[in-house]
Amino acid sequence: MTTREIRNFIIAAALLALCALLPVYGSPYWLTMGTTMAMFAVLATSWALFSGPTHYISLATAAFFGVGTFVTGLGFQSLPFWALPLIAAGIGAVLAALVGLVTLRLSGVYFVIFTLGLAEMVRQVVTWVQNQTGHRGMYVLTSITEREIYWMLVGLGALVYLLGWLIGRSRLGFALRIIGNDETVAKHLGIDTALAKVALFMVPGAVAAAVGAMLAPRYIYIEPATAFAPLLSFQVVIMALLGGTGRLWGPIAGVIPFTLLWEVITRQAPNQTLLLLGIAFLLIVYVLPGGFVGLWDRLRRRYGGQP
Amino acid sequence: MFILITGLLLGGTYALIALGLNLQYGVARIMNLANGEMLVAGGFAAFWFYTAGQINPVVGLIVIAPVAFVVNWLLYRIMLQPLVTRAKSRGALEVDSILATFGMSFAFVGIMTWAFGGGYFNYAFLAQPVEIFSSSYAQNRVVAFVLAVVIGGALWLWLTFTRTGLKLRAVSVNPAAAPLVGVDVRAASALAFALGGAVTATGGALVSMFFTLDASVGVLFTMKALIIIIMGGVGDIRGTIVAAVILGIAETAVARLIDPGLTLAAAYLLFLLVLLFRPQGLFGKARG
Amino acid sequence: MTRPILEARNVTKRFGGLVAVNDVSFDVAEHEVMGIIGPNGSGKSTMINMISGSFAPSAGSIRLRGAELAGKPAHKVSRLGVARTFQLVRLLPELTVIENVMAGAAFGHRRRWGHEAEHFARGLLDRLGLGQAMGMPVSALTYIDTKRVELARALASDPKVLLLDEWLAGLNPTELSTGIALIRSLREEGRTIILVEHVMDAIRSLCDRCVVMSSGAKIAEGTPAEVLSDREVIRAYLGDDDA
Repeated sequence: MTTREIRNFIIAAALLALCALLPVYGSPYWLTMGTTMAMFAVLATSWALFSGPTHYISLATAAFFGVGTFVTGLGFQSLPFWALPLIAAGIGAVLAALVGLVTLRLSGVYFVIFTLGLAEMVRQVVTWVQNQTGHRGMYVLTSITEREIYWMLVGLGALVYLLGWLIGRSRLGFALRIIGNDETVAKHLGIDTALAKVALFMVPGAVAAAVGAMLAPRYIYIEPATAFAPLLSFQVVIMALLGGTGRLWGPIAGVIPFTLLWEVITRQAPNQTLLLLGIAFLLIVYVLPGGFVGLWDRLRRRYGGQP
Repeated sequence: MFILITGLLLGGTYALIALGLNLQYGVARIMNLANGEMLVAGGFAAFWFYTAGQINPVVGLIVIAPVAFVVNWLLYRIMLQPLVTRAKSRGALEVDSILATFGMSFAFVGIMTWAFGGGYFNYAFLAQPVEIFSSSYAQNRVVAFVLAVVIGGALWLWLTFTRTGLKLRAVSVNPAAAPLVGVDVRAASALAFALGGAVTATGGALVSMFFTLDASVGVLFTMKALIIIIMGGVGDIRGTIVAAVILGIAETAVARLIDPGLTLAAAYLLFLLVLLFRPQGLFGKARG
Repeated sequence: MTRPILEARNVTKRFGGLVAVNDVSFDVAEHEVMGIIGPNGSGKSTMINMISGSFAPSAGSIRLRGAELAGKPAHKVSRLGVARTFQLVRLLPELTVIENVMAGAAFGHRRRWGHEAEHFARGLLDRLGLGQAMGMPVSALTYIDTKRVELARALASDPKVLLLDEWLAGLNPTELSTGIALIRSLREEGRTIILVEHVMDAIRSLCDRCVVMSSGAKIAEGTPAEVLSDREVIRAYLGDDDA
């Protein structure tokens, strides 16, 4: 390891400790905010692992997340809680692989369109199955506290960062960067592009499902309409792009300000959240391509210093 | 038989909506994900004309279509053309246009919710039944279908037989080569985008005669139009119409025979089959 | 003649009703430089694209040391030992020069990774005269240097057969002689190369043998001197009046 890597590790560990101690020094309000931020940080970072290098915009987060909450809803009475996120991650990975196998050998547009309606489609099917079997929603009554949910999310977040760092150094990560630059060249260099994309798409699939499983106790009552709310997918995309996907730390730089802003808007003007989302998308495209990371790099280049 | 005819009637309107999006994507190369909101806006306008002014929605089209044309032309010129200009590749343009039109989509939903509230709206126009092959159908569905056929047919004739139509088709086939034969690609793209928007808003006005709409329902129509286009093939009018009818019938069948809550799932099943077996579209040739 | 490394047999490609390549057969021997020449639209690039796996032939077989390439996807063809350059240079714009070359080393025929790949890529770039440009973004390169990087990327996988699709096109006279010398040095180290070319000087001085294509069919095969004096070839290039 280089000294720079060691330095970054120490900084990361210190930040992680600071995050993990939030329940100790923060008020309940900030714990709630912290949990929401941790959730989005994990979702957005794992999203960027795949969508960043490949430029394939995935809107499937809500579908995976919903599947995760249902895993907890169905399994919390019969299985130990720690097993549920693992099971959810497995199911999420398989689901992602299936979606990937169908769409990722085709161009990016097919992928966006397919994932756009995926959550809604799964919701319709789940609702139908529930109607057939006479169930409505489910109560998830556990002894899991907000604090524990938060710690689980922070732990998962650390795992995602570690994974992202490892992938960035791996041949798979390099292959994905090449694919994002020119897929035709990638194929001629010997990269099985479809396989590489499917393999990496399984990461956000598994992570989002695990997050859903961890957060299910927070909702207490689960029904398809809330578990598969498509809005979540868009929030994740916005936060990741606002922060920028060029660096591992990019998405979280988008998550923190956007979550705070979202909180303010939902309290002050609850009907304007969609407008905010729309404006944020437009801002990213027209004013901040590359997100905060891109802005940071441009500033550093302008005012000297090593990029 | 009832399912086939209802499906056909529905498919006719879907075809018109998908034609609008196909013009925008096929010629102007903009994957317009705010298309459904344009549809809802068209429906809103028709609703408003009917309830506030007692104006027949069919007559309302005379205002709705030109307004939508102008709005979409401006949208293209102001918002989207800069993206086309700066795009380094087809892929980069696709990502940019997807994100930008998502933004517009959300912004439109936000504005419409703010202006009209989040409630459902519908109105009773020509709700009396009409009898075809000894089953009865709502008149408004039949009228919407006939109008969709007339407008779609006119559009097809225009694209096939006029000089401007030829220009649009030239841009659609090869935007790089079209300028060599004297076609102004920018103007043609703006025209196609505006026309596509007008067609979509018209479709929205027609749909509003028999569907209950609300401000946030647009994305569902965008989804359906996208699935139709992929099924029919980008730029392929005949494919679009056939695909729309297939989707209309499939949705009606699923709604009648299984559960009305599964229409999107039905559309997805078709989508999946297309992706697996004919990703180039129903009538498309396999690319070399 | 040594045993052929690449054998194309009755290769045909149809696009709809158009026959782009019609029943073409040829062999390439190891350490040989073979040219595919012919007028525009004669099917040369289609042939290269079929060998490299861009698309599958409609009929026929292409074997590399006995292994069938026809119908295999590009990444498998690459791993079996065929590397190519593109008619219009295609570098990876967001990667640096050395990363572009490492991309060639990491996934292809003979795989290298990490320090080994970097060392190898450095060596190649030094050999091709790009030692100074290693860390530069590819957008800063001159035209001939982008071509060099693309060549280095293709060489980075140690291919058994190297396909050069009009690699010399668009170079000015000085660059052209540099380019020809570069390919000659590859030939001298024993590479097997198939090149599609329009530049006649290059064909005369580099190729051991040529296949001449016209309207999708092979019309002649032999040494450059032989085929360039063939009446049929002259007719194909210049039309009936001059023949």
